[in-house]
Amino acid sequence: MSQIFHPSTNTISKVTLLGAVFFLAALLWVFGVIVRSPYVTEANVVRQQPVPFSHKHHVAGLGIECRYCHTTVETSAFAGMPSTKTCMTCHSQIWVDAPILEPVRASYRTDQSIEWTRVNDLPDFAYFNHSIHVKKGIGCETCHGPVDDMALAWRANSLNMEWCLDCHRDPARYVRPRDKVFEIGYKPAEDQRVLGERLMKEYAIDTQRAVLMNCSTCHR
Amino acid sequence: MSAEKPQGCEVPARPGLRRKGLHACCAPAVATRFLTSQFSLLTFCPLLALMLATSLGLAGCRQDMHDQPKAEPLERSDFFPDGRSARPWVVGTIARGQLREDEHLYTGKVHGRHAETFPFPVDARVLERGRERFDIYCSPCHSRLGDGNGMIVQRGFRRPTSFHDERLRKAPPGYFFDVITNGFGTMFDYADRIVPEDRWAIAAYIKALQLSQNTDPQILTTAERVRIDAMAGTPAGEGGPRQGGSTEEGGR
Repeated sequence: MSQIFHPSTNTISKVTLLGAVFFLAALLWVFGVIVRSPYVTEANVVRQQPVPFSHKHHVAGLGIECRYCHTTVETSAFAGMPSTKTCMTCHSQIWVDAPILEPVRASYRTDQSIEWTRVNDLPDFAYFNHSIHVKKGIGCETCHGPVDDMALAWRANSLNMEWCLDCHRDPARYVRPRDKVFEIGYKPAEDQRVLGERLMKEYAIDTQRAVLMNCSTCHR
Repeated sequence: MSAEKPQGCEVPARPGLRRKGLHACCAPAVATRFLTSQFSLLTFCPLLALMLATSLGLAGCRQDMHDQPKAEPLERSDFFPDGRSARPWVVGTIARGQLREDEHLYTGKVHGRHAETFPFPVDARVLERGRERFDIYCSPCHSRLGDGNGMIVQRGFRRPTSFHDERLRKAPPGYFFDVITNGFGTMFDYADRIVPEDRWAIAAYIKALQLSQNTDPQILTTAERVRIDAMAGTPAGEGGPRQGGSTEEGGR
């Protein structure tokens, strides 16, 4: 009885085996690309809101400071969303007839909350705290991007764990003086590495990474 | 995946699967039954089905863990009729440690009259804090100088009285505290945005601001003047609008 397979099929079988490795690697790579893509992370995707609130107009145009609306960012885990009353502080006098502000006025009249679409939302098992980041010299724009350029807000970063850890491994690349935390468009006056290392000592930031890289710091 | 055996499922479990503690029902029954040889291609079918079921199951778990049935700050709630998870205070509620007995500190008044003094010593640190808070919450209308020509006023808000007006220069600190706490005219109150200690710091800074605009420069020493001239080139506080920022649409 003759051989079923011609000797040349040996090559095919070898190539197939080798190809399978590459195929699996490619699959993994595609998976990695997908989970990091805006499709999953929602980074750089403009969110629609019940009222087309423009940070660009209020921050860059009028010079209103972050903390005017996000009042608890220095003292609590949650930065704080402005109440309808905060909007009405000015809009009881300005743009009182503007149709796009009707939901705000309706909310003020009826005491019903405006349901904003959340832009930066972490999974519920990650416990992020704004106040400690502000206290240790991490600027708003480091995570939130050029908010003063956002006509409608978007998430500037993936908020993936690898993104968090990128900074937690080496915060010196991002730490800025405390009085520059709320500045947008900040440029370090000296070499960021030198400045960062110095500020980490000054602000008592965990240089040993014992806390920064500990699972229970963010997951409880 | 439930550990309980579903009713009416009597497919014999494959020993290999059972050893791993998995129930045979997880794999398609047909595939297991028609297995002929250990090396048959069909062996992989239940495995594939298992993997698919597991990953689908995991996908379900993922969403649950990401969005747990707990209330994040200001999250929507279907439990309360008004849709808010953050509950408004019941009238008269006093949180632990927030019994505000100190009339001077919390109302800005002493025996019903605006306090002439501060409830705590005012030092450079308090003034610095006051300047920072003033620039955040007050300067949009009152301007950093306190003359009432802030950006919001330029865009149509009713112009507030300048802090350098005779009446306000004579007003005691408790008056400014009271206005921040309860509002005045078209100005809303800021009690929910500025804590009492910061309101006093702002009142102190307003007093300093008034002094700065109504002082005879002759009383300053040369050293002080040099210092002021040196500071003149730098902005009075942090977080202001960026240069060129007002080139934006220009208000409506």
